[in-house]
Amino acid sequence: MNTTLFLQQCLTGISLGGAYALIAIGYTLVYGILRLINFAHGDIFMMAGYFMIFAMAVFPWYVSIPIVLIATVILGVLIERTAYKPLRSAPRMSVMISAIGVSYLLQNLATYLFTALPKGYPEIPILKKIYNFGGISASLVTFLTPVITIVLVFLLLQLIGHTKVGMAMRAVSKDYETAQLMGIRIDRTISFTFAVGSLLAGVGSILYFTDRMTVFPFSGSLPGLKCFVAAVIGGIGSIPGAVVGGFILGIGETVLVAMGYSTFSDAFTFILLIIMLLIRPTGIFGEKVTDKV
Amino acid sequence: MLKVENLKVNYGGIEAVKGISFEVPKGEIVTLIGANGAGKSTTLRTITGLVRAREGSISLEGEVITGLDTPAIIGRGITLVPEGRRVFPDLTVLENMKIGAYLRNDSLEDDIAHCYELFPRLKERSWQMAGTLSGGEQQMLAVARALMSKPKLIMMDEPSLGLAPLIVKGIFDIIREINKSGVTVLLIEQNANMALQIADRAYVMETGRITMSGTGAELLANEDVRAAYLGKGK
Repeated sequence: MNTTLFLQQCLTGISLGGAYALIAIGYTLVYGILRLINFAHGDIFMMAGYFMIFAMAVFPWYVSIPIVLIATVILGVLIERTAYKPLRSAPRMSVMISAIGVSYLLQNLATYLFTALPKGYPEIPILKKIYNFGGISASLVTFLTPVITIVLVFLLLQLIGHTKVGMAMRAVSKDYETAQLMGIRIDRTISFTFAVGSLLAGVGSILYFTDRMTVFPFSGSLPGLKCFVAAVIGGIGSIPGAVVGGFILGIGETVLVAMGYSTFSDAFTFILLIIMLLIRPTGIFGEKVTDKV
Repeated sequence: MLKVENLKVNYGGIEAVKGISFEVPKGEIVTLIGANGAGKSTTLRTITGLVRAREGSISLEGEVITGLDTPAIIGRGITLVPEGRRVFPDLTVLENMKIGAYLRNDSLEDDIAHCYELFPRLKERSWQMAGTLSGGEQQMLAVARALMSKPKLIMMDEPSLGLAPLIVKGIFDIIREINKSGVTVLLIEQNANMALQIADRAYVMETGRITMSGTGAELLANEDVRAAYLGKGK
């Protein structure tokens, strides 16, 4: 493999990893605040793909993107309000089952409404334009994805680390009751968390599907699962962890494909998960469990 | 200022509070003493809305607050220093204080300075994660955090629990000082001796009922109280 080809593959891997990272953050954020694996997250990402198809049928891309993002946020918050909020004081397992239910509901709803046939993802002309940097040629979206990911992660870390609402999120994630005693409305904070997670899934969806070109009702399930794995590998609950996990999976998968083992590219994800769970179950940046009384 | 009338609360399947009435006049230090399981904590938790009352009413400055949710009650000027301190371990000391002022939108500079004055230790450690503080420092932080909301009424649930005697004395001095600055105090304690010494008014709670009341000094001198809570035989 020559250098140019190698760099080319790296770029593809980093780009895929960026999209994974954006989705993985959604898992990690929700887990951090609710201790819930939001199994519907991958399907929210899939729905965002359909939203784009319909928005682009009517509007130009620069109007469609905000519409898609807003619709995805609304969907995410709506799911939280209807499927998870009523179970706030129920055992955690019930909420998780509810999440699995929502996942199936979205998949079947999409099949019913849009049929199971793959639909063409609309092309955003400037994103698809091919650029050439020192021998590496790729569409703009491939170059742009890692940049957007890093910028969004930076903004997210600022939001969580240095704003009032971010402080509330951190407080709620540790102690519901005491957070309420500070005057924080936990339901509002949780909804906000879902909104942020869904927004990132919406951005991830645009970047991911622009490269893949088709959407079908199950196109959220495998990427969703992989991003969940990415979050676990990085250490669920940790945002940098989700990003690193996303990049590891994206690059690893692409490298395997480049080496001619594309059959194993999905298996790679899960083998990595098993290895990680065996040697370091809390993930790379996982929170240490301390029981100090 | 705070008036509790015929309050009944079910908690964990039992009637933890069986119809109690008491009053916390403005500017005073009032204490509820009693053994474990007497319903003291449940009473405070009900006042803040964390637990729902089954019967009875709670009013603050003449306005009924029973049935409001916790953030709304906090917004009216009540604050609780919870049992076991419950500082946010992975927020810094300063962030813990800022989050105490979550409902305020004005400048916090003066109040932060005031808290540092009360607890110089916190100033030294303002960038440390609260989880790394000692028990006594966490208690100081929990009190500072509560003060940051500029409360009219501060309620404290066993502030002396698990602390060294010297630190307990410090905490009680601070409670007095806070009270002098115009904040009404409702204090729950098992350390009856300390609590009664600083209290203007005191109530004894036993298995969900108030069995005795009086000024701090009166109860401190009372034979039954001495026998039951101060470990002094008749």
